[in-house]
Amino acid sequence: MEYDLAVQKSLYSKVTGIEKKEDDFYKELYARSEKRIDALAKTNPFTEEELNEVLVEDGYDRRDFMKWVSATTAMLMLPGFFEPLVAKTVQVLNRVPVIWINLQDCAGNSEAFLRTDGPTVDELILDIITLEFHELLMAPSGEQAELQLENAMTAFKDEYLLFVEGSIPTAENGIYGTIGTSGETYVDHLTRLSADAKAIVAVGTCATFGGVPAAAPNPTGARGVMDIVKNKPIINIPACPANPANMLGVILLYVMTGELPELDGLLRPKFAFGYRIHDACERRVHFDAGEYVEEWGDAAAQAGHCLYKMGCKGPMTFNNCPTVKYNRGTSWPVAAGHGCIGCSEPGFFDKFERFEAPTPYNPKYNPASDMGVYAATAGLGLFTAFKQLTKDSVAQEAENGN
Amino acid sequence: MATKHMVIDPITRIEGHMRIEAIVDETTGEVQDVFCSSTMFRGIETILKGRDPRDCGLMAMRICGVCTVTHFQRSIESVENAFNITVPTNARLMRNIIQAALFMHDHLVHYYHLHSLDWVDVISALEADPQAAATEAAKWANVAGETPWTADAQTFTEMKDRLVKFVNKGRLGIFGNGYWGNPSYKLTPAQNLVAITHYFQALEIQRDLGQMMTIFGGKDPHPQSLVVGGVTSIVDIKDPAKRQLFKDLALRVRAFIKGAYMPDMYMLSSMYKAEMTAGDGAGLKSFLVYGGFPLNDGPLYDAQMLFPGGIVHNGDLTKITDFDPDMVTEDVTHAWYAATTPEHPYVGTTTPKYTDFKSKVNGVAYLDTANKYSWIKSPLYNDTRVEVGPLARMIVGYARNDTRIKGYVENFTNRAGITIDNLYSSVGRTIGRALESELMADVITDWVDELSTNINAGDFTSWSKFDFATVSQNAQGYGVEEAPRGCLGHWVRIENGIVANYQAVVPSTWNAGPRDHLGRLGAYESAIKGIKLSNIDEPLEILRVVHSFDPCIACAVHVIDTKGKELAQYKINPVCAV
Repeated sequence: MEYDLAVQKSLYSKVTGIEKKEDDFYKELYARSEKRIDALAKTNPFTEEELNEVLVEDGYDRRDFMKWVSATTAMLMLPGFFEPLVAKTVQVLNRVPVIWINLQDCAGNSEAFLRTDGPTVDELILDIITLEFHELLMAPSGEQAELQLENAMTAFKDEYLLFVEGSIPTAENGIYGTIGTSGETYVDHLTRLSADAKAIVAVGTCATFGGVPAAAPNPTGARGVMDIVKNKPIINIPACPANPANMLGVILLYVMTGELPELDGLLRPKFAFGYRIHDACERRVHFDAGEYVEEWGDAAAQAGHCLYKMGCKGPMTFNNCPTVKYNRGTSWPVAAGHGCIGCSEPGFFDKFERFEAPTPYNPKYNPASDMGVYAATAGLGLFTAFKQLTKDSVAQEAENGN
Repeated sequence: MATKHMVIDPITRIEGHMRIEAIVDETTGEVQDVFCSSTMFRGIETILKGRDPRDCGLMAMRICGVCTVTHFQRSIESVENAFNITVPTNARLMRNIIQAALFMHDHLVHYYHLHSLDWVDVISALEADPQAAATEAAKWANVAGETPWTADAQTFTEMKDRLVKFVNKGRLGIFGNGYWGNPSYKLTPAQNLVAITHYFQALEIQRDLGQMMTIFGGKDPHPQSLVVGGVTSIVDIKDPAKRQLFKDLALRVRAFIKGAYMPDMYMLSSMYKAEMTAGDGAGLKSFLVYGGFPLNDGPLYDAQMLFPGGIVHNGDLTKITDFDPDMVTEDVTHAWYAATTPEHPYVGTTTPKYTDFKSKVNGVAYLDTANKYSWIKSPLYNDTRVEVGPLARMIVGYARNDTRIKGYVENFTNRAGITIDNLYSSVGRTIGRALESELMADVITDWVDELSTNINAGDFTSWSKFDFATVSQNAQGYGVEEAPRGCLGHWVRIENGIVANYQAVVPSTWNAGPRDHLGRLGAYESAIKGIKLSNIDEPLEILRVVHSFDPCIACAVHVIDTKGKELAQYKINPVCAV
């Protein structure tokens, strides 16, 4: 994972949504976390030597590892002195069992997880985390798969992290999704598996906010996890798919501190969703200079100018894509010449409809749901303001039949 | 004769959600009857209605996170077809390049991570002698006529140590509760160690392929660089360093495909020859290919295709008919929809009609197989059932006498000492996918070179301009091409600038559909029927057949045209006890 440390650190100190803490806060957090890591390290004979061995075997030397640790520490918005502790934490990640379930999904987040680097997925599976159940990857099916799930739930009662991919259909008593020999609905399945989980990590925009299936007219009554599960800690990692760096970051932070990461009003970790795409965009200078792509493939497009006029939703979308990027830090959508489509925002398919033109207020988007309440408290910045401003003119347009 | 009603749910190592019920003879272990059902529904086509056709690709792509970019491109092609747009050279080549990387990614991940555990016994690998594994790796690479990816004992020793350490931790994680030790596993411990080593090495290679798609796509899954009329990543296309990085990665992938994946196929076809010659998992033997990967510029459907289209019936390679998009219909006799006759995608109007499970006994729910039992429709071609996918492309290409495809197929059958008929089997389907990967690994770098030549000649055009207001008043179009798992078609009707109707008929709908109006079995069902289980409590042989198709149920289920209003009016039946 390669990204600009300096950009990340500058964001940390100035950007909205993330408040800079006093040094005492971090010193206290460090002490608390260190105590926890030491305690965890004693619970299993998986030693530092063994991890080093694993990393070396894979042609992944200590130096690469420390580079990754340094980048990850910055991504998590922790001060540099946390680096040794982050390194230590990786070695005890396997104390936290993970159960991963797929609901109304497209498997995109599982696929993204497969492309994890830093610790790579083979290291994760074999050496680092305890992945107990993952429908896409596990060997057994049917009864044997269900048995594996039950065993894991019993053995790790109140300890496991439940990763959920996909939304939950609630219309018609949940008939649009059933699983297992008993034909249990997804609502019941999720409720049952949540009961014994330590915390739930909703990955991807479907699991967090309903995503694609919940777009108007939401034929199956699709909802996100936080609309179904109550009284359990939930961490939302939206985006379509969620960035695997953020998935790993959440696990790491959780193992290190024993606490949920600092979350915003939409239950998103602030380290990843504390600032807008626009704030860190590599094409921002062109926005400031008023240099815009006016149509696909024009001279400005060839020169990599700003995509705002081509509908970029970067100014309205909170995510760390521009700094973390995707697939070994290779690229991200704006770099590929297409505007951001706001895929990590609630209701993005309705709210941002007409992805390739500046977004007006869209009457199709109905925030009058649980999510809307969260959204209101989170204050979706520019969009919210824009919506207020344009409400009257849109009502007028609707009347005119546009 | 006692039978067992086996319920397998969830079917794991697939994309999406699927249940299989099989009636198995308790004495012989033979599957006498089988029913495939999809158990999840999203309604994406409904959601697409009323939207701007230029937005559809970005949403239709999200039908599937695996063959992600193929839905994106198909949707865009359907709109381009409706608007009569021909994309520029750079766009054609870049789309081909991204799709080719997707095909290889899909096929590698499918074989190693979703399918190989049906043939490979992980636990047996613990007993392997690493030196013997190195010998095996060299031997099969030699049969393939290639340099082995790994043939040093050290690598196999390290892999074995890592596995031993993992097993000694006491929990097997995703390998827990597998069918290890089942008598149907035929590889030796050394061969199992070779295969499982490749399993982990392939995880690294698939990251290369993900990165390749990202170089020109922005991210993966769900790249973002296609638009109606062309592509957006012109800055990256123009950058020689980016094209070189892509090519370097492609060469590494090619070395893995030729030095590990292909040798593994020769090993598989040798060790599972009995299953192959017996035609285990053969199924319909009728194959459909729409055609895909345009090799020259101009209107898409006039182009010469890398994979020629056509239909082969009942394994008769002497007769091949041309593909006609008008012959595609969908039947819902056994699917949870209300239509009464098969309908063409342009006019398909279907109403959900969920009829629930038939019964629930001792906590096990059973499908109502005499009536409706799946969220997947049954597509028909000229009112016949057909199989689609990589094997279909190899068979149709072979029957078409396509020099390139025939070359790859014959090279394999000659070296492996098998006949073309042997490919009608689960093993054959798996080999077909590998052959296609090998072919893709060879052509992809040619396309990068072609792109470089075009750029170096000063052509930076990436988009064909069109006047949306004019062309979008009343139009309809289709995007029919090949996806990794087979024929993929998107059909769109546009009125007054917005989508009036949208339908997608996807590969796994073709293959995983339930019975049709004449009671004929779908491709999965047909291939599973007659399979014998060596242990009646373990559905290993069934999984082998179904995985050989590479099910993508996330795609298959969400291609249905429904109306939100009608859904709301529907009343469900209570789950009834017998």
